Amino acid sequence: MAMAGEKGRGRWFVIAVPYLWLLALFLAPFLIVFKISLSQDVVAQPPYAPTLDLAQGWAGFTEFLSGLSFANYGYVLDFSNEFLEAYGSSLVIASISTVLLLLVGYPIAYGMARAPRSIQPTLLMLVILPFWTSFLIRVYAWIGILSPEGLLNQGLMALGVIDTPLEILNTNLAVYIGIVYSYLPFMVLPLYAALEKLDLTLLEAAADLGCPPSKAFWTITFPLSLPGVAAGALLCFIPAVGEFVIPDLLGGSDTLMIGKSLWTEFTVNRSWTVSSAVAVLLLLVLVVPIVIYQNIQQRELEAGK
Amino acid sequence: MKKGLSWFNVTSIVLGFAFLYIPILLLVIYSFNASRLVTVWAGFSTQWYWALLENEQLIDAAWVTLRIAFFSSLVATVLGTMAALAMTRYGRFPGRTLFSGMIYAPLVMPEVITGLSMLLLFVAVNFDRGFWTVLLAHITFTMCFVAVVVQSRLVTFDRALEEAALDLGCPPFKTFFKITLPLILPAVVSGFMLAFTLSLDDLVIASFTTGPGATTLPMRIYSQVRLGVTPEINAVCTILIAMVTVVVIIASVMTKRAENMRQAEERAAMMQ
Repeated sequence: MAMAGEKGRGRWFVIAVPYLWLLALFLAPFLIVFKISLSQDVVAQPPYAPTLDLAQGWAGFTEFLSGLSFANYGYVLDFSNEFLEAYGSSLVIASISTVLLLLVGYPIAYGMARAPRSIQPTLLMLVILPFWTSFLIRVYAWIGILSPEGLLNQGLMALGVIDTPLEILNTNLAVYIGIVYSYLPFMVLPLYAALEKLDLTLLEAAADLGCPPSKAFWTITFPLSLPGVAAGALLCFIPAVGEFVIPDLLGGSDTLMIGKSLWTEFTVNRSWTVSSAVAVLLLLVLVVPIVIYQNIQQRELEAGK
Repeated sequence: MKKGLSWFNVTSIVLGFAFLYIPILLLVIYSFNASRLVTVWAGFSTQWYWALLENEQLIDAAWVTLRIAFFSSLVATVLGTMAALAMTRYGRFPGRTLFSGMIYAPLVMPEVITGLSMLLLFVAVNFDRGFWTVLLAHITFTMCFVAVVVQSRLVTFDRALEEAALDLGCPPFKTFFKITLPLILPAVVSGFMLAFTLSLDDLVIASFTTGPGATTLPMRIYSQVRLGVTPEINAVCTILIAMVTVVVIIASVMTKRAENMRQAEERAAMMQ
């Protein structure tokens, strides 16, 4: 390790500044969310109670503790309030979308990895470019295409394929299209990275020994690309579970997703405490995939050394 | 095993890119539509672009967004580069696992959670919400993207040069600015650009953390999009797409050229 000998103020400074920043602005807020999820809504500023009054010393602290309750979790976990359904349907929508993303993304990444070396950087650039343009714009573009008088329906009707416009906008199908479209670069890039590293001589050896290409794919290429599959799937699945913009703009009123429920709870019902409880439970659902994702990334980093 | 591309590979690439680009192309084309009806083509017109110039709310929002994006990505680049150095150069230090968790988690964390938690932090410490709170929130989530981009460059980097400088008695601080930074500069620049576009693009975190007087462009676009597709919004989107495309292409040409020059210099140095 080149700079390991460099034990000094410089080293601690470089570690401490981003560390403290993230502790204060990323980790501490989660503790606050947890605390507020145990509070109750009040009409005041801030709109929740109890608040910790340190001026009162120990008495203030015990009073604060006794004011906390799990009532919001009871509310969120009550079947009649649709939150549980929203968690379930978010997980289903995110899982189906991830499978669709794999089915769409794998052939693209595979084709890119097999393309001549000279055009690979251009292809890579073309996959990344849409990712740089606004997410909101890319979702918006689909409204104009999928609406009943939209371009897709006009095109299909002009061709005589259908007589009446298809209802796609404001359905779950539109949500799937939106998620697959928006997250595709996140799926293609890790897959491409894994497939591009693949040693082609392995496939040549398999072919020389009489292995048919399809069998070679399933016994060599696919297993070796699994780290890319896992990274891509998690990179799409985790944010998709909490997706808000896509179900809000493309989905219908019956599209239940927990990100949308949280947003509505916060902006329409203005209940900060219930939104916090929804956020804590969502985080609990996602903690396992997030830890797996972090471990994969960490292993990649160690392997690069 | 055939060499080169089979028809299957070509088809999947072509269909994939068509899927990625056709929606954006249609949006751009219809921003030049003379008709207010977005789906009926009534001839070429730039009227919606001129109409934008009179929309002061939108221009204000664009200005706020650009300032937040510029300053937040600047700070995020510095913090993210430091975090990347800490992760790759300083070996084990207490709490390293927590640190790496805090770097990777924001990349996949649903925005509604990040946004809500930041808002509640600002409320808890009684910080007035507005420009500064959005700025702080954007620095926090974009610095992790910078850290990952810079980190991937740092791990593939030949440390012999750094070691040589340190062995010759160059102080670590100077070694960083004279040797390390120039070599990782393309990654730092792409980290900055990534942070900039993420900030420019963010709707959810900004909506949670903003306050009166700091409405960003995505927030304005979102509130109009909810009411339906309009040619003005198509025009705004086209301008944003054009800006980003130009910046990304210039940056990629520049880093390519810098890389070629560096390789040429390295070869020249070897020859001597």
